[in-house]
Amino acid sequence: MYTHLRLFFTTALVAATCLLNVPARADEPTQHEAEKVVEGINQAEHKIEHNLEESEEKFNIGQMIMHHIADSHEWEITHGVVIPLPVILYSADRGIEVFSSSNFHNDHHEYNGYHLVHGDAETIVPVDESRVVYDFSITKNVASMLLSAVILILIFTSIAGFYKNNKGKAPKGFHSAMEVIILFIRDDVVKPNIGPKYEKYLPYLLTLFFFILVNNILGLLPGSANVTGNIAVTMTLAVLTFIVVHLNANGNYYKHLVKPDGVPVPLLLIMIPVEIVGVFMKPFSLMVRLFANMTAGHIILLSLFGLIFIFQSIVIAPVISLFALFLNFIEIMVAFIQAFIFTLLSSMYIGSAIEEHSHADHGH
Amino acid sequence: MSLLTPNPGLIFWMLVVFLLVVFILAKFAWKPIIKGLKDRENEIQGALDLAERTRAEMMQLKSDNEKLIAEANAVRDQILRDAKDAADRTILESKDKAAVEAQKMIESAREAIRNEQQVAVTKIRKEVATLSLEIAEKVLHRELKDKEAQEQLIAELASSARLN
Repeated sequence: MYTHLRLFFTTALVAATCLLNVPARADEPTQHEAEKVVEGINQAEHKIEHNLEESEEKFNIGQMIMHHIADSHEWEITHGVVIPLPVILYSADRGIEVFSSSNFHNDHHEYNGYHLVHGDAETIVPVDESRVVYDFSITKNVASMLLSAVILILIFTSIAGFYKNNKGKAPKGFHSAMEVIILFIRDDVVKPNIGPKYEKYLPYLLTLFFFILVNNILGLLPGSANVTGNIAVTMTLAVLTFIVVHLNANGNYYKHLVKPDGVPVPLLLIMIPVEIVGVFMKPFSLMVRLFANMTAGHIILLSLFGLIFIFQSIVIAPVISLFALFLNFIEIMVAFIQAFIFTLLSSMYIGSAIEEHSHADHGH
Repeated sequence: MSLLTPNPGLIFWMLVVFLLVVFILAKFAWKPIIKGLKDRENEIQGALDLAERTRAEMMQLKSDNEKLIAEANAVRDQILRDAKDAADRTILESKDKAAVEAQKMIESAREAIRNEQQVAVTKIRKEVATLSLEIAEKVLHRELKDKEAQEQLIAELASSARLN
């Protein structure tokens, strides 16, 4: 990147000097002119080099924040402590290729015909641009997700074991803390919104809640991945809810889409598109809400930490740290609230789709 | 913006991991947990129902006991009343009997007294007759001795006889 920039600036400067000297060239002798141009170019080049060096040393807060929020092919726990993650690529001509992301640690970020591009997002592109490559790498987000999956499975199978072994005994400790949350989800979120047939959806909704919660909280740890603040993750969750809703929706729900009750026929022209947009708006809002909340939280926290590096002052740093601590508490709250809201809205959408007499109370 | 472009690889892994988590947890965690919770709720509900039933039974027993006690009291009162009545009646009867007996005794005593009186009167009459005769004998006897005395005696007798 540095070399590219340098080349670009040099060319630009040469062009500019030439253009500026066009009127002067006519008056002055040619030999003198050539000397002057070369000197000017050298001077300018030196200046640009100096500027570039300075800016490279300077802390770039925007880049830092994006680097922390975005996905990556390696897990940088702190500066210099990097866990390389497996890169899995699929292409029609080469099949599946698996290698460590540490192979990209060279001057050109190139390995085996692939180029790791550190742009706005980190992507792997083939050097030969005609090839199509699908990237199924275990990225930082995937690794973090796997970790959260392991945590979830360990926690809840151990709690299930407690129920099996200590039948008829009162819950205690961590087990009872988890039980409170499970009961809250069951009795205050799922049951009132879905109705008597809630048990079928309970495993999905409980998993949804705890998956989001664990990933939100893991994301708050230093050096961790921003899983639930990634739009691919929230999109997958929202689409799964959409699929669950529409696989289980009854006739009433679909009838209501094309023929809402009590709407005059001319209005149907407006109402039907509105209803259909509403169907897709619901998962879209689920996706954006979780993504935006978590990403915004991370950006705020990282901006605060960035301020410390910008000011580099012993007076300001503790103040900002206190503020960041306060925001961290808010983020923990947000982690719970967003998991709760995602589950609540999912159960509301399921509930409205399986409701038997959705409009029995209208006009009677 | 790369932030807003979902990465297909991540979507793939997310689907795989999340669905796996859903199935594993549904089978090995949520099922036993929900079953355990439901069992416990049923147990608690059962215990509450049992307590309610027991309380109702206790109430029933208590009211039965009260009824029994009330009945026993009533029976006791009845018995006492009967006994008292009987006693009263006996006393009354005895009193009547005694009165009758006393009347009878008084009656017989009167009879006896009357008889005795009769006997006494008869005796007294006899006595008086005998006495009169004796007196008359004595008078007659004295008359023969002294005329004056005779007269005096007659006067005396006559006055005493008038007194009678």
